[in-house]
Amino acid sequence: MARHRELGLTDREYELICDRMSREPNGVELAMFSLLWSEHCGYKHSRKLLSTLPTEGPRVVMGPGENAGAVDVGNGYSVAFKVESHNHPSAVEPFQGAATGVGGILRDVIALGARPIAMLDSLRFGPPEDERTRYLVDGVVRGIGHYGNSMGIPTVGGEIEFAAPYAQNPLVNAMCVGLAKTDEMVRAAASGPGNLVVLVGSLTGRDGIGGASVLASAELGEGDDAKRPTVQIGDPFEESKVLECCQELLAEGLLVSLQDLGAAGLTSSAGEMASAGRVGIEIDVGQVPLREAGMEPFEVMVSESQERMLAIVEPDQVDRVREVCEKWQTGFAVVGRVTDSGKFTVVADGEAVGEMVVEDLVDGCPAYDLEPAEPTEWPYSNHPTLDPETDPEEVLLALLASPTIASKQWAFEQYDSIVGSRTVVRPGPADAAVLSIPEAGTAIAVAIDGSGRRVACEPWSGTVGTVLECAANLASVGAEPLGVTNCLNFGNPEKPTIAWQLTRSVEGLGDACRALGVPVVGGNVSLYNETPSGPIYPTPVVGMVGEVPDPNRVASRPWEEGDQVALVGPFDPSLAGSELASLTGSLGPGLPDPDLEGSIAAIEVVREAVRSGSVRTAHDVSDGGIAVALAELAINAGLGCDVDLGSLIARTDCSPEDALFGECPGGFILAGEHPVLEQLGGKGVPVEMLGPVAGDELQVTAGERTVVLGLARLREAWESLPAAVEA
Amino acid sequence: MVWGVLQFPGSCDERDALNACRLAGGEARLIWHDDDDLGGVDAVVVPGGFSYGDYLRAGSIARFSPAMEAVARFAADGGPVIGICNGFQVLCESGLLPGALLPNDSTRFTCHQGELVVGEAESPWTSALEPGHVLSVPVKHQSGRFFAPPDVLEEIVSGGQVAFRYSPGSNPNGSLDDIAGIVNREGNVLGLMPHPEHAVDPLTGSEDGLAIFRGVIGAGVG
Repeated sequence: MARHRELGLTDREYELICDRMSREPNGVELAMFSLLWSEHCGYKHSRKLLSTLPTEGPRVVMGPGENAGAVDVGNGYSVAFKVESHNHPSAVEPFQGAATGVGGILRDVIALGARPIAMLDSLRFGPPEDERTRYLVDGVVRGIGHYGNSMGIPTVGGEIEFAAPYAQNPLVNAMCVGLAKTDEMVRAAASGPGNLVVLVGSLTGRDGIGGASVLASAELGEGDDAKRPTVQIGDPFEESKVLECCQELLAEGLLVSLQDLGAAGLTSSAGEMASAGRVGIEIDVGQVPLREAGMEPFEVMVSESQERMLAIVEPDQVDRVREVCEKWQTGFAVVGRVTDSGKFTVVADGEAVGEMVVEDLVDGCPAYDLEPAEPTEWPYSNHPTLDPETDPEEVLLALLASPTIASKQWAFEQYDSIVGSRTVVRPGPADAAVLSIPEAGTAIAVAIDGSGRRVACEPWSGTVGTVLECAANLASVGAEPLGVTNCLNFGNPEKPTIAWQLTRSVEGLGDACRALGVPVVGGNVSLYNETPSGPIYPTPVVGMVGEVPDPNRVASRPWEEGDQVALVGPFDPSLAGSELASLTGSLGPGLPDPDLEGSIAAIEVVREAVRSGSVRTAHDVSDGGIAVALAELAINAGLGCDVDLGSLIARTDCSPEDALFGECPGGFILAGEHPVLEQLGGKGVPVEMLGPVAGDELQVTAGERTVVLGLARLREAWESLPAAVEA
Repeated sequence: MVWGVLQFPGSCDERDALNACRLAGGEARLIWHDDDDLGGVDAVVVPGGFSYGDYLRAGSIARFSPAMEAVARFAADGGPVIGICNGFQVLCESGLLPGALLPNDSTRFTCHQGELVVGEAESPWTSALEPGHVLSVPVKHQSGRFFAPPDVLEEIVSGGQVAFRYSPGSNPNGSLDDIAGIVNREGNVLGLMPHPEHAVDPLTGSEDGLAIFRGVIGAGVG
């Protein structure tokens, strides 16, 4: 096969490169083009869609195009954040794949001059009955813990879901949140011809060569174990030194700009710096400190060795930069210089071995129009594990024990969630984590959400629901959204069904963010998540950062005897797309349209109620519906309730099953004093008073259906995940 | 009162320790691992983290640092030293405390709010606490299983060197005799796996850890 095809370029793309260069590229140039023109780096199937997202807002400090987005949190401070995928590396080698996923997103935030203060993860696996799934879960959770814990960055939240379409293609999305003084943040643009290019951190080795094009931009297939050498090995100790070193370099004002090395290594990092600064750049591969002798120039240029940063430094600062790197016992090398040629030049042994116009290399990749077509039939198979005729008590226990709904404490306890002394609300029963930022006299809430199952049923509604759920999670702790980051995990966009999912989903993302008035400040796209057994569920993962004015008022207390329980919001439940439909094998196309305006009104009412300090607990209704939400609150409090869903059934004309287990955006369970909750009804959103907190049983009446279950049985089902994944 | 908090490459909790010392009372500063002079501090904190990456064995490299040599001299002169988590591991590796910390019996990292029961040790660090008193303090580590050979363990227990135990039924790692923290024979050096520096503010979970830091001040140090 022609070399360019092996490297993932189409014939047309190769011709375009020849055309731009007025000659055929040599081996070094071809390797570099193939990476920067890959889906992973070039966003060739998503760029046009992404340009439709709302990106501006009064609090935005940095938007898409920088290493991460950032929003102003006041008093001269900004919060930087981004989510990124490491799906295919984790499918091949879960521990290192997940660990380096964490390491990579940390460097994106470090590159802005921010100190990482929190990590969150969104994970998807196949059903845990499968032995390989258990191996993947174990490796991914250990890998995330290994890297974050060793770096001293708390992992404060996240979510894990399990469904058959992810069995061969798990998703590992990691989100990093960092804090910086706004006026000390740096951008990634190289500038000042004559300035030096300095490589900080690890040695460069043969690990991860071609990872971006080979792994991230092609479907997984048989024999992927042979790709293991393209997965990188993480070294969190090195990264922690690099972090402290970069913080010190920036605090001393020694850097013109800073960029991390991720996919496509020096090629993308130096290329993007040159492109952003509209300058040329020259890299001498002979100056790059190597882990092994005899590496070819192209290998040095595309190596994805971890824990490296690239800095632009003025010549008279370079000695001081070297001293700081030596203090932190991390690598330092001047590997090139900024030029005014507009070209990316690779030098070896004093001779140019590659020379490309920066614009062609970095920005010349064609952007393709998708050819979407709505599928005529449900593209996923159903795997029933529950008889639809099961009585509601058994249904509730099955839902609580479903790995997607069951408590994730098993995973969260393997992560250091408190280092840094900021974690006010730890991962667990609350819907979002809360971090105090005493420097800025404020606090933030962070949450990450995705619902591939519902997006598969209807990409626009499902994605709107995902954004609403993330905002609802923030509202439950009194937070107002400041910015959104996202990771779009989809199958092969060259297939019409996937193109339709992607197009409709991005429309939903944009519509929901516009309705909420919250900008999308960054993100990442992971396409080609397919295996011979089919595509994954389309899984847009949304990360949100919100502002919490008073971290003492976050409604995270368990409900208490004497409290009333209320359902707040335009909740209109349906079993379509629900976790119960998944268990009974009745998933199919179509979701009811979400009430976008009504849901946002409810989010605002709940947020203000939480902020006023008058509500003891707030929890959004999500997977498994009201019955699961009530069970989670009861388990958390060690205290039951006696509620009747009759008023909900009367308002929405839904069935008892819908009322108990149906899902849709726009519902919150609140607990507190009766008059306080009743007053919320006067604010233009539906409020149903459901009944009192009492006793050691969960009692829910829905029409002719009743659920009466003791807390011990509920807890046993809800805490069954360790047994399922450790077996 | 001047506190010194050691900082190794790979330390994680050193800023949290500085914060705890300042809240307890006094001035606090970092001491770089390469520095063999503690600069006249009144008490030393060896903080948590993964010193030098801890790829070999937790604490096994940090013991050779110039700062730890200075800490050994400081401790020999009776200066109060607390090693938290990785710091406890470093103190055991250095021979300043008996025993060793092995990987948790689960083989997994664990992070949760734990309950500590104050032991019988006499030490400036526990001078503000009554034996049997229960503290709510976070536990987070991968290698926290306290081990000592039978004769050494017997000496620790009968010699009144147990400073903290995990509350009954909550031993998170398989530590012998539920031991969470011990002191040396003289009582001036304390090592414990749980994190009192992360229990200094009710907003983030508990302020029970402050009593340990304040104990040193109350004992008249500095």
